[in-house]
Amino acid sequence: MRTMLVDRPGMLSTLQDTGRLGHQQYGVSVNGPMDEWSHRAANALVGNPEDAAVLECTLNGPRLSFSEHTLIALCGAPMNVTADGQPVPYGRAVLLRRGVVLDIGARTAGARLYLAVRGGLAPEPVLGSRSTNLRAGFGGFHGRPLRKGDHVPLSLPRRGAPALPIERRMVQSGLPMLSGLPVDVSPPARPEGQLRVIPGPHWAAFTEAARKHFESQPYQVTPQSDRMGIRLKGPALMLEQAMELVSEATVFGTVQVPPDGQPIVLMADRQSAGGYPKIGYVASADLPLLAQAMPGDELRFEAVTQADAENAWRGFEERLQHLRQAAVRALES
Amino acid sequence: MKPKTLHDVRIEPVGDRCLLIRLGEQVDVEISRAVHAVTALLTADKPQGVIDVVPAFTTVAVHFQPAAFPKNAGLPSEQLARRLESLLAQDWPVLTTEGRVIEIPACYGGEFGPDLEDVARHCGLSVDETIRLHSGAPLTLYAFFFSPGNPFAGPLDPRLRIGRRNSPRTRVEAGSVAIANGLSSIYQDASPGGWNVIARTPWNLFDVRQAPPTRLRLGDQLKFRPISPDEFQDLLEARP
Repeated sequence: MRTMLVDRPGMLSTLQDTGRLGHQQYGVSVNGPMDEWSHRAANALVGNPEDAAVLECTLNGPRLSFSEHTLIALCGAPMNVTADGQPVPYGRAVLLRRGVVLDIGARTAGARLYLAVRGGLAPEPVLGSRSTNLRAGFGGFHGRPLRKGDHVPLSLPRRGAPALPIERRMVQSGLPMLSGLPVDVSPPARPEGQLRVIPGPHWAAFTEAARKHFESQPYQVTPQSDRMGIRLKGPALMLEQAMELVSEATVFGTVQVPPDGQPIVLMADRQSAGGYPKIGYVASADLPLLAQAMPGDELRFEAVTQADAENAWRGFEERLQHLRQAAVRALES
Repeated sequence: MKPKTLHDVRIEPVGDRCLLIRLGEQVDVEISRAVHAVTALLTADKPQGVIDVVPAFTTVAVHFQPAAFPKNAGLPSEQLARRLESLLAQDWPVLTTEGRVIEIPACYGGEFGPDLEDVARHCGLSVDETIRLHSGAPLTLYAFFFSPGNPFAGPLDPRLRIGRRNSPRTRVEAGSVAIANGLSSIYQDASPGGWNVIARTPWNLFDVRQAPPTRLRLGDQLKFRPISPDEFQDLLEARP
């Protein structure tokens, strides 16, 4: 069996594929990556299908090695990453020789790094997915973050699949690591810390002051933020009068406001339904930005139309499409 | 089955990758039936681009993948809304699981139901009456959420009128049967919680190895059967 051996786990390293769909009707959270852009880009760089499981590393990363030569790619938060002591570049495929120590150290910016391996990390799926459900304790690798001593299975290469050019070079080179060609993995450009938001169903139920604050004042990410929600601190968002709401489905990016007036943006590990007033929905195209926000960072919200948000997502998908094509060309050369 | 008229049905966007079909405003059995019928309709014949269908008390969420919709035919949300409107104009399926009665063992009061006496006092009832009203009539399972396999069922007898606790508990044990706002729920996992815990069931309600993973189904009629602490120990199931 091809495996990834964990020598040091990092603060919170979890397996995530595109999420566990089809089971929200049973109260099962979707999970999946916080930063969808980096997850999809990392998979593209190693030639994986979109739904391959990737390692999400929060704040810092693990120290790992692989039982066979393994093609990897790093995307997302910059961290100090070395292979047998040499810096490992981001945004391209990198072939690691078997046994070489990949050490993912402290972050220098952002919050989450994504490590994709060719073929994907491949423990048995649970309810159709390899995403880790930390709260319920299933999926991913035994339903928990990585620990020292874990042997995480990798999928086997397709039988008879031809070796990539970089794999043939590895055999001849004797080097611990070979880098592929760089690919532009930057997401569509956005002003720093600015999130587009579609006004939600209870927008008009908030006071005029609340709506003005929400659109003009910075909100700070608090240390209580996690994969379930980014909890913000800023001018309180109060309703004209208290509302009794019936719980209904939530989405990634819902900005809900509990009675204390401090907004929470629901993220990858959100519950499948909720009953707090919703002042808005963060545009999906801007969620990766939010996923990389750190406690103390200031965010600003900019109200946009439904059409603006949907068109921004189209731009996001088109850019990913280009990235995927560029990644295929890089792997073939 | 359908609500009185289709005019009662509203389709609204929830962000840029989900639509909500709103079938009513209040939690009740009729609206819940409509929710389950629409869920069955959309699950049986999933429209192009739909990746998940999620029923709640009064709504059905339809999560979609925008990239699955052609670029020259308007916004993805508008394309899907039109498709849903035409699907909802069909006859809605009659649900076969309707009426399945499930008797759930529950040990009331004591350490298993620490809020039972408070609930009785608040409602001006004796403890025995409170148990009788909660276990007397079957409750319809409206929706699962909060944690995997965690059911919400109603309507409770109107005499069991109580809101959430003023101060939520930091830990509610797995299996706890709790009530608030006209509904009864069962905590599938130990977690913090603000509902009034009146009993505990020895049953496990969720197992990822089963398909579906839930022991109960939407639309089930849940009838609680009071048991003794000894029976509770005999019936106690492992939580895998």
